[in-house]
Amino acid sequence: MTEPLAFPPKKDPQKRSVTPTRPPEARSRASLALTAAAAEGRFALQVCDECETVQYPPRDACVNCIGTDLCWNDVSPKGHLLAETTVQTSTKLFFRERAPWRMGSVKLDVGPVILCHIHGDCARDSAVRVLNRLDKSGQAVLIAIPLERSDHMDDDPQLRALSAHPKHRRILITDAWNPNTPALAHALLNAGAATVFIGEAESWRPHPNRDALAKMANVEVLPLDVTDTSSVQKLAGEIGGKTDILINNARFLRPGGVLSRSDTGFARDEMEVNYLGLMRLAQAFGPGMCARTADGINSAAAWVNILSAYALSNTPEYGCFSASNAAAYSLSQSLRGEFRSSGLRVMNVFVGPTEDDWHAPLPPPKVLPQSLARSVVDGLSDGLEDVWCGDIAKDICDRWRQNAKVLEREMTFGSDGA
Amino acid sequence: MSTLHSLATDIALGNVKIIDLTHTLDPNFPVIILPPEFGQCARFRMEEISAYDHRGPAWKWHNLTLSEHTGTHFDAPSHWISGRDVPNGSVDEIPLDAFVGPVVVIDCSEGAARNDDFELTVEAIENWEAKHGKIPAGTWVLMRTDWSKRSGAAYLNMREDGPHSPGPNPEAIQFLINERNIRGFGTETVGTDAGQGAHYVPPYPAHYFLHGAGKYGLQCLANLDQLPPTGAILLAAPLKIKSGTGSPLRVLAMIEG
Repeated sequence: MTEPLAFPPKKDPQKRSVTPTRPPEARSRASLALTAAAAEGRFALQVCDECETVQYPPRDACVNCIGTDLCWNDVSPKGHLLAETTVQTSTKLFFRERAPWRMGSVKLDVGPVILCHIHGDCARDSAVRVLNRLDKSGQAVLIAIPLERSDHMDDDPQLRALSAHPKHRRILITDAWNPNTPALAHALLNAGAATVFIGEAESWRPHPNRDALAKMANVEVLPLDVTDTSSVQKLAGEIGGKTDILINNARFLRPGGVLSRSDTGFARDEMEVNYLGLMRLAQAFGPGMCARTADGINSAAAWVNILSAYALSNTPEYGCFSASNAAAYSLSQSLRGEFRSSGLRVMNVFVGPTEDDWHAPLPPPKVLPQSLARSVVDGLSDGLEDVWCGDIAKDICDRWRQNAKVLEREMTFGSDGA
Repeated sequence: MSTLHSLATDIALGNVKIIDLTHTLDPNFPVIILPPEFGQCARFRMEEISAYDHRGPAWKWHNLTLSEHTGTHFDAPSHWISGRDVPNGSVDEIPLDAFVGPVVVIDCSEGAARNDDFELTVEAIENWEAKHGKIPAGTWVLMRTDWSKRSGAAYLNMREDGPHSPGPNPEAIQFLINERNIRGFGTETVGTDAGQGAHYVPPYPAHYFLHGAGKYGLQCLANLDQLPPTGAILLAAPLKIKSGTGSPLRVLAMIEG
């Protein structure tokens, strides 16, 4: 059984921090669909439309009938461990630093035999489940784990390297004012976070979360206003070197599209917080986090954005807010590219209407703070890039993937005049 | 010796002192808070354009974001609906002689220390006049509360029923306007009105009556405890903003001795 991961000792200030290295990134274009599935935590393989053969590794044609209509379908991840070995050294720096590394072959119930990483708890010649996870290069890799969960199985070094698990990590939540902040902090601490830092803007006026946050152990409330560059830089100067996960939940939201407003005032605030706020945070915290992705047990691991699902397709009732989130979503993609070489993961958590004052006139379902917190912790534990929190976000995602134009048309129906 | 030469000499000799009544423009300085569905006062923000670096090798400068009503600031008559038709009611139109003039200070600091909602009343003004003489026409009247010594949450003093800070009641501000014909009224708090000023009739009486009568406002003042009750001169010139309803400004007072 995996031993529980010990809390890391304080760093030796005379030692150089370990330079981040990465496993190989190169993949065929066909293989990137496996990465796309891993980004959402799905186990999907190519299935031939003609002969229904399931194949791995991904190819451009079916190994059985040479058909080219290959679909990526979610399939059973169960299989049987055929053979295993432990790699003691490697020409690849990433694995050399982490050896020994367990590898093996698994015969999947759906057909193919795959080569994959093997969790330390997998017994020889046993039934296993295969996870499709993103590695430090942001590419899909497969790891076999036992069918039965054990208490500390997330602490297995090979599995932890494929996650951004909160355990023992120090996490910054950027907005104390957001109604979801207490639930987020609570869930992260329950998942083993060492410290939760919480940024508080405008401490010169009271807010409803202040008392709840003040009572929580291992929570530090610190001044941070994402609209104020000097404030962001100051906090990064103080805690940027020990921020392992950053969760940007700062949000400015007012209902309304373009014509329901008569000025650009709220739109400017939306862009200042939702778009430029993200940029300020990334410029101040990003470089330090990128430098610390190999910094031991509490290395920098993930950057989390909470985005509106209407970033994908605008809802005119919240048209200007949606536009600011579309900008933030686009910026998050740039950050993915800029962070990629370091292995720092960008996880976007998309939500539909949330349970708060500004969505009060909308009917349920709405995303509760606890649901969002669960999605964030699960997403970090599973090392995801894209999380769809709640039925509305999932629905928008599905419709957007089916046909973005159809979705746009559905979101922009007019009403008949009197 | 000319008057101005004499003044310059007295300033140089320290016979006339200059007092700064201005708070530093700082991103953390509170601004007035309105219900969130209303438009809001922009906070003071400063973005570096360059700092002797690749963005501009030999110079450092910033772009600023702020409201006309951020920090220590001047209220023009056009700020309020009652003053929207006042001639020369915006900061770029106000005659220059309005910006330099005599000032009296009514010390309400003891009352404000006891009661966050302390009111300046007609009676308090008359008591002050009994000691210091009648307030001359054309004078700035500043209400000293020592509120500027508060910081953080204690400054706005926001509670669930709104902010609590001292200010004039409707009768007092009307008395200063109608009976004394003052130039304007200034406070150390975030507005010329009391924190609970929305609950007077009319709401925000200082704003309503002052600006309706073409008078001016000053707020977020500091160092009023360094001014004498009478005898000081105030220099308060807002920026020349086209049709501006107010302006952040440096407020200086000259005192003798």
